[in-house]
Amino acid sequence: MSTSPVSGDRPIDLSPSPGDRVETTTCYMCACRCGIKVHLTDGTIRYIEGNRDHPVNKGVLCAKGSAGIMQHNSPARLTKPLRRVGERGAGEFREIEWSEALDIATAWLARVRATDPKRLAFFTGRDQSQALTSWWSQQFGTPNYAAHGGFCSVNMAAAGIYTFGSAFWEFSEPDWERTEYLLMFGVAEDHDSNPIKMGLSHLKERGAKFVSVNPIRTGYSAVADEWLGITPGTDGLFVMALIHELLRAGKVDAGYLVRYTNAPYLVIDAAGEADDGLFARDEEGRELVWDRKSNAPRPFIDPDVEPALRGEVELPDGRKARPVFHLLAERYLHLDYSPAVVAYQTGIAEDVIKRIAAELAEAAFEQELVIDQPWTDWRGVRHETMIGRPVSMHGMRGISAHSNGFQTCRAIHLLQILLGSIDAPGGLRYKPPYPKGFDSLPRPTGRPGDVNPNLPLPGPHLGFPQGPEDLLVDEDGTAMRIDKAFSWEAPMSAHGLMHMVIGNAWRGDPYPIEVLFMYMANMAWNSSMNTSRTLEMLTDKDEAGGGYKIPYIIYSDAYYSETVAYADLVLPDTTYLERWDCISLLDRPISDADGASDAIRHPVIEPDRDVRPFQDVLIDLGARLGLLGFIKEMGRPAYPGGYSDYIANHERQPGVGPLAGWRGEDGSETGKGAPNPGQLDRYIENGSFWREELADEHKFFRNVNHGYLAYAREKGFVKTTDPVISQLYSEPLQKFRLAARGHGDNVPPESERNRIETYFDPLPFWYQPLDEAAADTETYTLHAVTQRPMAMYHSWGTQNAWLRQIHGSNRLYVPEPVAKQAGLEDDDWVWAESRSGRIKVQVKVMAGVNARTVWAWNAIGKRAGAWNIDPAAADITQGFLLNHLIDELLPEQDGGRRYTNSDPITGQAAWYDLKIRIEKAEAEDGRTMPQFDEVSKPAGLGIRPDILRYAGGRRP
Amino acid sequence: MTSLPAQPTPKRLGLVIDLDTCVGCHACAVNCKEWNAGGYHAPLTDFDPYGAAPDGVWFNRIHSYEAGTGADARVVNFPKSCLHCDNAPCVTVCPTGASYKRGSDGIVLVEEDKCIGCKLCSWACPYGAREFDTDAGVMKKCTLCIDRIYNENLEEVDRVPACVATCPASARHFGDLGDPNSSVSRLVADRGGYDLMPEMECAPTNKYLPVREKTTGAGATLPLEDASPEGGFLGWVDRLLSDASAA
Repeated sequence: MSTSPVSGDRPIDLSPSPGDRVETTTCYMCACRCGIKVHLTDGTIRYIEGNRDHPVNKGVLCAKGSAGIMQHNSPARLTKPLRRVGERGAGEFREIEWSEALDIATAWLARVRATDPKRLAFFTGRDQSQALTSWWSQQFGTPNYAAHGGFCSVNMAAAGIYTFGSAFWEFSEPDWERTEYLLMFGVAEDHDSNPIKMGLSHLKERGAKFVSVNPIRTGYSAVADEWLGITPGTDGLFVMALIHELLRAGKVDAGYLVRYTNAPYLVIDAAGEADDGLFARDEEGRELVWDRKSNAPRPFIDPDVEPALRGEVELPDGRKARPVFHLLAERYLHLDYSPAVVAYQTGIAEDVIKRIAAELAEAAFEQELVIDQPWTDWRGVRHETMIGRPVSMHGMRGISAHSNGFQTCRAIHLLQILLGSIDAPGGLRYKPPYPKGFDSLPRPTGRPGDVNPNLPLPGPHLGFPQGPEDLLVDEDGTAMRIDKAFSWEAPMSAHGLMHMVIGNAWRGDPYPIEVLFMYMANMAWNSSMNTSRTLEMLTDKDEAGGGYKIPYIIYSDAYYSETVAYADLVLPDTTYLERWDCISLLDRPISDADGASDAIRHPVIEPDRDVRPFQDVLIDLGARLGLLGFIKEMGRPAYPGGYSDYIANHERQPGVGPLAGWRGEDGSETGKGAPNPGQLDRYIENGSFWREELADEHKFFRNVNHGYLAYAREKGFVKTTDPVISQLYSEPLQKFRLAARGHGDNVPPESERNRIETYFDPLPFWYQPLDEAAADTETYTLHAVTQRPMAMYHSWGTQNAWLRQIHGSNRLYVPEPVAKQAGLEDDDWVWAESRSGRIKVQVKVMAGVNARTVWAWNAIGKRAGAWNIDPAAADITQGFLLNHLIDELLPEQDGGRRYTNSDPITGQAAWYDLKIRIEKAEAEDGRTMPQFDEVSKPAGLGIRPDILRYAGGRRP
Repeated sequence: MTSLPAQPTPKRLGLVIDLDTCVGCHACAVNCKEWNAGGYHAPLTDFDPYGAAPDGVWFNRIHSYEAGTGADARVVNFPKSCLHCDNAPCVTVCPTGASYKRGSDGIVLVEEDKCIGCKLCSWACPYGAREFDTDAGVMKKCTLCIDRIYNENLEEVDRVPACVATCPASARHFGDLGDPNSSVSRLVADRGGYDLMPEMECAPTNKYLPVREKTTGAGATLPLEDASPEGGFLGWVDRLLSDASAA
């Protein structure tokens, strides 16, 4: 052995350079928007890490963010503007110069604008610049704008806003540091990514209980203290049974309810009358409650009022009324919502539901926590302490993507409100600039008369209808928008219905369009329902003239996604490391519960291709089209410096611009202030973000905290210091119901009345998801849903050289009992069939899944030829999409009407209502079905290396 | 054959991996990949990266699987990288001395210049923690980010392995497991950290923390009692309100 080489320390470089330059910016690998530090060597990315100072991720970074290098260097990056030369969908293009591309786009758009602006449909997908894209389309004058919220999580967003002036994720977060009990509903990777992981880690360290309600036990559910494998679409029943139990036991925070919620508001009981079910108000329009002291109605706002929560009372004018809470208790104390009754449908045993209710009550009321922090409420009443109810909740796609998701999400918020834990210490905390009262937000624009040639739309497209008067319909009740948002079919569709645009445009229902303009939305693949049919619609031609039914398609993307092949004009975007962006409080904020934040992206690398940031292009097009706000005197461009110029100098209202930090000429103001020419430099110096910590007395009960509300008004977050009273009972819903009963000036067509009457219940109720209810459940016995894997977001990530090594093929996960019955083992092939389509896939047998549910990872499958991936790749041959099984329309009703496969209130795409059957199949050629013709590859795409020796700029 | 350094090494640097909080997100694996792609073993070659069978060099891999069936089934997220064993068979089996264990801190490394690509070490490692780069023809492996942990060009707080710095769930901890008072040693003691496959007698430095006992919410009284046992509808509401206004 003496001659053996020995271990020991050997000379190695322990302090190599981590790069010659480090830049801070914001990640874009998902919607989390974490702060990152990009290390570069000779202009090559050495390393991307989380920014420790950043409020979102505090230094950590997920798999997606860590794979940003491969996203930036992807051979699927587009390299030059493209003009289609072959048939649509073939992928045959010729490269053109930007001048030609912009001329073409301007010509198409100008013609539409000068004749009929609504013939432009502008819809954006993974857009993080909605404050700009919405404003641009408003100036253009088309009513047809939205981002992807309608097929993402609008149920969650709308239910939150209408109920407590906020919503899960971007507008609120569990009090990770203090909560003792977290109930999480239907959350896989989305959303948000890192904060949830960080938060769960805190919870576990403190021994707080974490319950995951999810049909599938992966990810967060796998580490939960308790996993409840609920049947998809029945969460509302489960939650209402919890409410039933809490009410039965009197375990609600009555003091909180009478002070900060509409629980004591008197609801008029006048069957058949126009005010039935509305709140009783005094002559000044103030909501009335029944004062127990004076035994008379008094305005809720009176500081010394002692409201009753039960009892039928007679108003001075003789009408009968009952408090909201009375109605609520009657509803949920009903046996229909008892644990014994809901157990079978939910798949959660009666004793488990009862136990969870008892645990919630124990955590809220026996583990009450008190913070010695005086504060003053909206009535001017001073409180010496802040009383915490350490129960919090979070919900996401599994709630949202059902056609009963709005009411279900409202039920979750009701549960939280009844426990007194909205923005209480330990509860669900607001993130500034929220809360915002539902009645303080914009209403939708685009009624008859609002759309005129060469004129802007007089207001923002999207908003929150307060009642039928805010719908965008003509005199016959026909939708004004191409996606039929804010029509009787989806009255409260606050985010639009992007998933309906292509189908509606193809059908010419409610009208045909001329130009479909899309950004970063893979609508020819995994972002559309019924993908095969969608592809046919995109390529279908008019019988008469031979032109396409959707005549012009302009698309911007940084990559050769499946949708690019369907564009007539392709505007190549940059990667996220080559661009300016702002993560704005006007748009989708990244604040945390303790402070307001916004952030920027700035170019850390110069593009090596002939590509332009989409926002620069949009601003350029705005100037070329002469849109108001995009030009100044003599028609010169208002923002010649492009998007960064706009970010620093645009003012939405005086003093309010895209970024809230370092405003005022010297950068000394926050929230409101004049544009600051040095603002972006200040952001970069500060790590590319801004954050302002709230004062301690402003950190809780913000919906009713006078000090906070005054601060929020001063900063421009809200317009008034009015409180945001939690809406257990939602009066706008009742207004729609009254319209359905024929009251008011805006009533639905006869054919729509029953639907409105049924679903617009002002108190949450549960109904079977619509597509499921319409399905032949004897045949289609299984629920089918998808989940995002943590290492991948969607198709933009599945092309990533590193991430696709983690998730490169796909299986349909089948519960053990179902597999046994069907004689299935791992890797067997099945036909999965719904009422509208079928796919052939391989299965994997799983125990940790609801016994009536199959599932798959989302968006692993790709199309041959797209993304510059080898057509023989497993992502293509073994990947698949469940989208082929999902119809964008519900089955025909009596009279031939086919409604959107969406929530009837919000228009949220009902991805998870799907019911299928599976049947064993032969492997045949070992490829999933359907497979699609390979699309051609544009000439300019990069070389696809056989071996990738990426070394971060290190020289061998 | 290559000799191991005198045991125990003055420091025994390693990882403590918490199986209770690991959600299987692969953040550690990918962040390791990107740091090390430009690090000591650069590059971490990827073969056929956009092709039919993409396969690359990864120092840290996450195995997510379901163990058991029926009610006993459990989803396991199990990150695995080199465990920097005291009795590292991958070192003693190496014919050239390429594979070695540092005497000062116990980190097991491969010196690529001496590696002849015979793969004896990967056969010897019971954990399957070695990664052969067929393009370079040499064995590569986790270095515990030796080019980070002592790196004077990094802020002190950043001198931890990339996988530890990036883990969103704080499921990975780095430190000196030879020092009984180090935070990682205390964590192992408090949480019952254990060796992977101790029967192989490799004496791994890295430790795994088991799944914690589940929080049960056992303080709750079951089931909730009726507030109005006599059945008076909402009889309790007024009482609650009186209590609330008294408070």
